Amino acid sequence: MKFGVVVFPGSNCDRDTLFILQNVLRQEATFLWHKDHDLGRVDCVILPGGFSYGDYLRSGAIAKFSPLIEEVREFAERGGLVLGICNGFQILLEIGLLPGAMLRNKNLKFLCQHVHVRVENARTAFTHRARPGQLLRIPIAHFDGNYYAPAEALSKLEASNQVVLRYVDENGEATEPANVNGSAANIAGLINPEGNVLGMMPHPERASEAILGSQDGRLIFESTILWR
Amino acid sequence: MIDPKILADHNITVKEYERIIRLIGREPNLTELGIFSLMWSEHCSYKSSKVHLRKLPTKAENVIQGPGENAGVIDIGDGLAVVFKIESHNHPSFIEPFQGAATGVGGILRDIFTMGARPIAILDSLRFGPLDKSTNRAITEGVVAGIASYGNSVGVPTVGGEVHFQERYSKNPLVNVLCLGVAHKNKIFLAKAEGAGNPVLYVGSKTGRDGIHGATMASAEFGEETEQKRPNVQVGDPFKEKLLLEACLEVMDKNLITGIQDMGAAGLTCSTSEMAARSGTGIAIDLDLVPQREEGMTPCEIMLSESQERMLIVAEKENVAEVQRIFAKWDLDAVKIGEVTKGGKLQVTSRGDVVVDLPVEAIVNLCPSYRRPARKPATLKSLQALKLPPLPLDLDKVFLQILSSPAVADKEWVYRQYDHMVQINTALLPGADAAVLRIKGKKKGLAVVVDGNSLYTYLDPRTGGKIAVAEACRNLACVGARPVGVTNCLNFGNPEKADVMWQFKEVIEGMAEACRVFSIPVTGGNVSFYNDTKGVSVYPTPVLGVIGLVEDISQMVSPGFKSEGDIVVLIGETKEELGGSEYLRSVFNLERGKPPAIDLEKEKRVHEMCLEAISRGLIRSAHDISEGGLAVCAAESCFLSPAKIGCILDLESSLRADALLFGETQSRIIVSLPSSILASFLALAKENGVEAAPIGTCGGRRFIIRYAGRKVINLPVEACWRMWKEAIPRLFSLP
Repeated sequence: MKFGVVVFPGSNCDRDTLFILQNVLRQEATFLWHKDHDLGRVDCVILPGGFSYGDYLRSGAIAKFSPLIEEVREFAERGGLVLGICNGFQILLEIGLLPGAMLRNKNLKFLCQHVHVRVENARTAFTHRARPGQLLRIPIAHFDGNYYAPAEALSKLEASNQVVLRYVDENGEATEPANVNGSAANIAGLINPEGNVLGMMPHPERASEAILGSQDGRLIFESTILWR
Repeated sequence: MIDPKILADHNITVKEYERIIRLIGREPNLTELGIFSLMWSEHCSYKSSKVHLRKLPTKAENVIQGPGENAGVIDIGDGLAVVFKIESHNHPSFIEPFQGAATGVGGILRDIFTMGARPIAILDSLRFGPLDKSTNRAITEGVVAGIASYGNSVGVPTVGGEVHFQERYSKNPLVNVLCLGVAHKNKIFLAKAEGAGNPVLYVGSKTGRDGIHGATMASAEFGEETEQKRPNVQVGDPFKEKLLLEACLEVMDKNLITGIQDMGAAGLTCSTSEMAARSGTGIAIDLDLVPQREEGMTPCEIMLSESQERMLIVAEKENVAEVQRIFAKWDLDAVKIGEVTKGGKLQVTSRGDVVVDLPVEAIVNLCPSYRRPARKPATLKSLQALKLPPLPLDLDKVFLQILSSPAVADKEWVYRQYDHMVQINTALLPGADAAVLRIKGKKKGLAVVVDGNSLYTYLDPRTGGKIAVAEACRNLACVGARPVGVTNCLNFGNPEKADVMWQFKEVIEGMAEACRVFSIPVTGGNVSFYNDTKGVSVYPTPVLGVIGLVEDISQMVSPGFKSEGDIVVLIGETKEELGGSEYLRSVFNLERGKPPAIDLEKEKRVHEMCLEAISRGLIRSAHDISEGGLAVCAAESCFLSPAKIGCILDLESSLRADALLFGETQSRIIVSLPSSILASFLALAKENGVEAAPIGTCGGRRFIIRYAGRKVINLPVEACWRMWKEAIPRLFSLP
């Protein structure tokens, strides 16, 4: 499996993600530059966290127009694996590869902390190494992570098992206090109906080494590596 | 003609003006006067502090770069160096909290990456007025959001810091930001302009009228009109900074430049003249070539602008095209605006006219240095007199009151707004004694802390100065780190007041003594004077930033208790020292008495012993005793344990119960360890000449302290934790 990590101006988790892929998981991985028109021969594209183009407008709104995004869109349409983390998730929403939008966190502040998420769908390319319902302790760090979609869109997402990760408390309950950013239905991660594009707010690259206090994030990368 | 009114507007005295005329052999024009106004301001010239700063020890074997550059550099082995500095942004943060604090972060980040180091962490030391006032809450919210917005966006984690609240900071908050970075030790870049004929490049954002006279503003007291100075505060663009950071590191990585300096306070003026002065060269620039964001700017405005996210680079001719290509890749300008010259002059032309022609030496190094009068404040003696209030009957209640005092309470409300994990190096998260960062691919790690107790320095500046250093180093010892270098930010009132100058001198001498005892070099820092509003000075507030080295990061220790049944051991002895304590402050509203005494040699033995115990793997937790005393320290060790376990402590002493529980005697640490280890631990303490005694056991769900057999504190841990956890959020939910 060869990974490509997209670098937008303002991306700031690109180096972290590449480090985990190369030095911890020993995978072939490379940066992809936002101005290019070529993804190379990668099998999985990762849109990393950060503040693409400064995100002064709406998170991900400018990244949508970058040259490389056209390639990512086509790659996804051909069935290529795309993982959007944090700002990457916001970008996937902006370009319409996933439905819905992000609002400011409910307390109107940036939130950086460890959260628990529950694996709601353990049959995807990104989660098949997890047990259904498994709890993962992974950090979040965002200002706009309050997921929104209209009621009917939400029921469609639920009906088709597209909700992959949900914010829960340490006992695995999807409570209101556990839903720190106020997301609809406690949604922390979503997949497209075809199952090849995942967006998630928590940062698996920040939870992939013992020294960082959790290795639960590795499950996401390891699932991807071992997919078919 | 230049008259006394013009001089007053420029904050230049008649004597200073006469000196300028003598130095340059003629009267300066207005632009030149503006340059002297900035470069000879207290903020840029350190004219009142220099004579005292010299007392700080700056030399040691591990020092690669001491004071005088953009940042200090310390060798940490393995071919690596840590680059670090702390700076204040106090005045702008009062006028415009969000942007003032944000640009403070931007400035210190640039100081680090101009030296060729990638910034890996930010810490901040903050002082505000009490949170029960809505104006203070607004300033606090603005400053914290400003730091968050800048640091988070650039992608440098804010991993620790401290926040305190006191009335004196209501109209003069303090915002001190420390940044550290890591570089290859043989690839450190300096702010030099070498090689006559080498092009001088301007890179980064365009120049506007923002921040003109910022340095001058930071060199005067606040009065009624200060809030009108909002336009003087710059607006930060962290996105641009991130691009600038990547582009600068890329040109440095490829060795394409010979010198570089950030355009911070005093902008183009400071960077050109300082770079030339350091190299004994001159610089000639043409202002018509400077990228500008506004039309019709005068030469003076361009020279003095403090627009953010700009750098000045000197490169050899053959490398200019490649430098420009790299900056273009990051969508940034890199424009040649002049060149290095011989003869030591700063020459500036605009539309064909020479508008500045000054010797750089006069601008940078020949500012007068003042030995200002210093006098012990008359009120100090009565302030140090303390008649202890009667011992309260309900110590449970008192204890909860201290836990919920904002100085002691949990600071998660603050640090949750900071991305403290980006770059995936944060091994010990905020809330511990010090932040610990791993260095990828290495066994060792870096620990860092910022610390300062301004009530102590107010009550006894010299002792306070010593304690500031001692406590920071004790914090490092608690995580298993040995101090390797110090940076400091000295926040004081108006140095023209003899009281303030005396505080300053005493604090420095105290710090200097402590640094010598601990053998740590001071590699730079920042002095912020004129922290006065309407004639009232802030408490003398030295903030120490100390970098420590953890030899083996797998041995790092955290403050939380680890398991039921572990023995709690107190290192150090407790004396009746309640002066300047958080207990008297938060319970009796008393800010008086003498702060605790400090024996630096003993303190050092405690650190050595703690480090030795950690390297032998003897202890499971370690936490420094500071504000709130022994009781608060032990309670925090419960709160920070994975399952919030309790403890039962049994104390024997002849002291008053409150002095024993809440007194702040120095050189004490609470550790926990398995009972099987106790004997060897006590033997180690004895060998090192350090008192240590078991005082209790971890376990259960209650926090109990027995004194002479009677339970003086007996509470559920959960109830204590709630008071501590919810105190600050509760203040922010006030209407």
